[in-house]
Amino acid sequence: MQTLKDAVIGQTVKVKRLHGEGAVKRRIMDMGITKGVEVHIRKVAPLGDPVEITVRGYELSIRKADAEMIEVE
Amino acid sequence: MSIKIALAGNPNSGKTTLFNALTGSNQFVGNWPGVTVEKKEGKIKGHSSKNDEVVLVDLPGIYSLSPYTLEEVVSRNFLLDERPDAIINIIDGSNLERNLYLTTQLVELGIPVVVAVNMMDIVRKSGDKLDTNKLSKELGCEVTEISALKGEGIDKLIEEAIRAAKSGKRMVAQHSFDGSVEHALAHIEEAVLHDMPEYKQRFLAIKLFERDDKVIERLNLDSHILSHIEEDINNCENELDDDSESIITSERYTYIASIIGNCYTKRNKGKLTVTDKIDKVVTNRWLALPIFAIVMVIVYYISVTTVGTWATDWANDGLFGDGWHLFGIGSSDYDDAVDKYAEDEIFLPEIESTVRGANEAGITGADELLAAIKDKDFGAFEEAYGSYGEELAVKENGFFDLTSMLPLDEDGEFTDMPDPADYGVWVPGIPVLVENGLTAINCADWLQGLILEGIVGGVGAVLGFVPQMLVLFIFLAFLEACGYMARIAFIMDRIFRKFGLSGKSFIPMLIGSGCGVPGVMASRTIENERDRRMTIMTTTFIPCGAKLPIIALIAAALFDGTWWVAPSAYFLGIAAIIISGIMLKKTKIFAGDPAPFVMELPAYHLPTVGNILRSMWERGWSFIKRAGTIILLSSIIIWAGSCFGVVDGVFTFSADMQLEDSILGTIGNAICWIFSPLGFGNIKATIATIMGLVAKEEVVGVFGVLDFEGMTRLAGYAFLAFNLLCAPCFAAIGAIRREMNSPKWTAFAIAYQCVFAYAVSLMIYQIGSVFAGSLNIIGLIFAIAVAVFIIYMLFKPYKAADKLTIKTKVKA
Repeated sequence: MQTLKDAVIGQTVKVKRLHGEGAVKRRIMDMGITKGVEVHIRKVAPLGDPVEITVRGYELSIRKADAEMIEVE
Repeated sequence: MSIKIALAGNPNSGKTTLFNALTGSNQFVGNWPGVTVEKKEGKIKGHSSKNDEVVLVDLPGIYSLSPYTLEEVVSRNFLLDERPDAIINIIDGSNLERNLYLTTQLVELGIPVVVAVNMMDIVRKSGDKLDTNKLSKELGCEVTEISALKGEGIDKLIEEAIRAAKSGKRMVAQHSFDGSVEHALAHIEEAVLHDMPEYKQRFLAIKLFERDDKVIERLNLDSHILSHIEEDINNCENELDDDSESIITSERYTYIASIIGNCYTKRNKGKLTVTDKIDKVVTNRWLALPIFAIVMVIVYYISVTTVGTWATDWANDGLFGDGWHLFGIGSSDYDDAVDKYAEDEIFLPEIESTVRGANEAGITGADELLAAIKDKDFGAFEEAYGSYGEELAVKENGFFDLTSMLPLDEDGEFTDMPDPADYGVWVPGIPVLVENGLTAINCADWLQGLILEGIVGGVGAVLGFVPQMLVLFIFLAFLEACGYMARIAFIMDRIFRKFGLSGKSFIPMLIGSGCGVPGVMASRTIENERDRRMTIMTTTFIPCGAKLPIIALIAAALFDGTWWVAPSAYFLGIAAIIISGIMLKKTKIFAGDPAPFVMELPAYHLPTVGNILRSMWERGWSFIKRAGTIILLSSIIIWAGSCFGVVDGVFTFSADMQLEDSILGTIGNAICWIFSPLGFGNIKATIATIMGLVAKEEVVGVFGVLDFEGMTRLAGYAFLAFNLLCAPCFAAIGAIRREMNSPKWTAFAIAYQCVFAYAVSLMIYQIGSVFAGSLNIIGLIFAIAVAVFIIYMLFKPYKAADKLTIKTKVKA
């Protein structure tokens, strides 16, 4: 299973499925990361975490631990 | 008739700017009941007469109406319970998709909604087009274009909102979900909600479908109905292969994507925006940290070192001190006169040779005196003499007594000093004016003392911090409004989250190394309540400017000025923050919001001067108002405690009361046994610690070099550690009270700091004693027990919360 965590900088991936449940999953989805949406990985923070992505036309910062819950293709 | 309108929108959508534009100066800032989320209310400009008020309530900036974050629950409860007459939903035109997500939830509430599309000027500039008529039709509500920053379209928005509020028309959401979802929703409405007004049904049905625990609790449904609708939800979940909450969220975004294509045309796809260009540099892998460091140095340099110090000095020594030279006129003449005075009276060969002799004899502090003489620095000499003069005068030290050589009066003050009032334009300070006034009317001594030392001194203690704070608040407001603050969180997150803190905690701690009061106040920029509380509790562990004299005193008196004492104090402070963070985040009370760190990095934009000044003033004023009382009261209490006392069996008042005879001294005497396990269970050290609550530098005033005679190095260091880590000064406690916005949390923070300081000092003294060869078995057992507990807490696994546990008031 490939997740958003594994994606490399500059890549654009499509969200396949969200794992996890409850608050964390809801929050990620509230921010627009839902099934089928395209996510562009822009950069990694200087200390290696979190990751900056573009989704639905805006920039979002997400921790790698949370990005692991997002299955992509 | 009075109308109530709610203002809702995403963070960074320009909501605060719009709120300011709509209400002008008619604002009331408070808190939502029972929580620390700020609540702002205001009357809409130009539409409020006596019996026709239009009140605007600013909801917290939110992305959704989920039950998981405090801000969202507060907003939901307000909308459901208070049912405002209309909602103004501000959305960022350059970020439509995500902003409309909240809109789809707001329109389900049955309250008339007016959508205000903000930042249309930016959208147009980029060549994109938004057809608001089409959007209005799709959403089924009014849509107007505004630019909150430039004040465009505001009047039209107000008109639309008032019309919508007066119409009383129930809003009906236009969007529908997937067939199987609608099927389940219809079932739920039929089973549970059919006897409710129709406009409420849709929202509640969706929430029940999402298994929203807060709504289920509110409706108080019995279990067989719940299991009945559970069946419907399960069927739908199986069909769409996802959980119900995610189904609804997906459906909303799918709907938005379907309408947005018709209304919005993007011209320049893939072209780099200004924000992209700035971010290429600012959050660059290699440049981000250096740029961050430069920004922090600038903030620190201006708000702490230069402008901040001038402002504080002026407020403390000028306005609430002897006075000041207006615009500095006469300052340099006065300084020249002081230099000449020192040259003629103080820096004489015989004094220099005596000090040199004392230095060669290795007497504490003589080196500082000598350096001051060499630099011809009268201020430094006066300070050093104040701290170490007595030490030199002690007989055993030989004959280095300067008392007879220096021009001193009987109180030990320098005589015939040049009077600053004789030079330039001198403005006397408030205490001087009040004192003159009181003397003129022959005021009783104790009353004069109360007014001067207690009240004026207390007010001075409050206001003395304000100028520096305002300087800092300008920076914070700018960093927040321009968008860089979010980048700070992005850059620093990795380090700070391990300790239960936010990347934004860096600024409070940095500022805290100058002064803890603005440091604590700077924590306001942290949105997450748990991170904010943790930051407030730990910021004052960092040694502030006022703690430096304590460190210097201990280093000089007990450690011969060894280089490592000062760095070790900072190390102790940082370690205290890290250990506290790791321990506290595992406790139940810090469970807080379960929401993960998913943070928007908003587009950069230049804030307006007006908005920055307003934010600066709001924060400064709230410090004066809410922290002021506690600081003033405690100043008066401590003043009374130090001036009233029993001398020769008679209860008396004296402005020059010996501390040992005062009420404070009596209290100190009664409680000093508490500090015995820490090695400094004597009255003087106890009083010094109590006086440290007024201001940390007071510790040095009470506890001079001579008092360390007979104290071991270990006890001295334990004393230092306790005074660095325990409850901060009253001003900082006031700031903590303001930012915690809860007496309970304030008490918890102070208690934690004291207990933690005690534990650390206990470990230092008792475990250190083993190596010093003077171990105390019982003390050691306790110290080891504390150490084991801390280590256990550090390594205990951490489990994140999955529910919002903070109680919010729910109206029946």
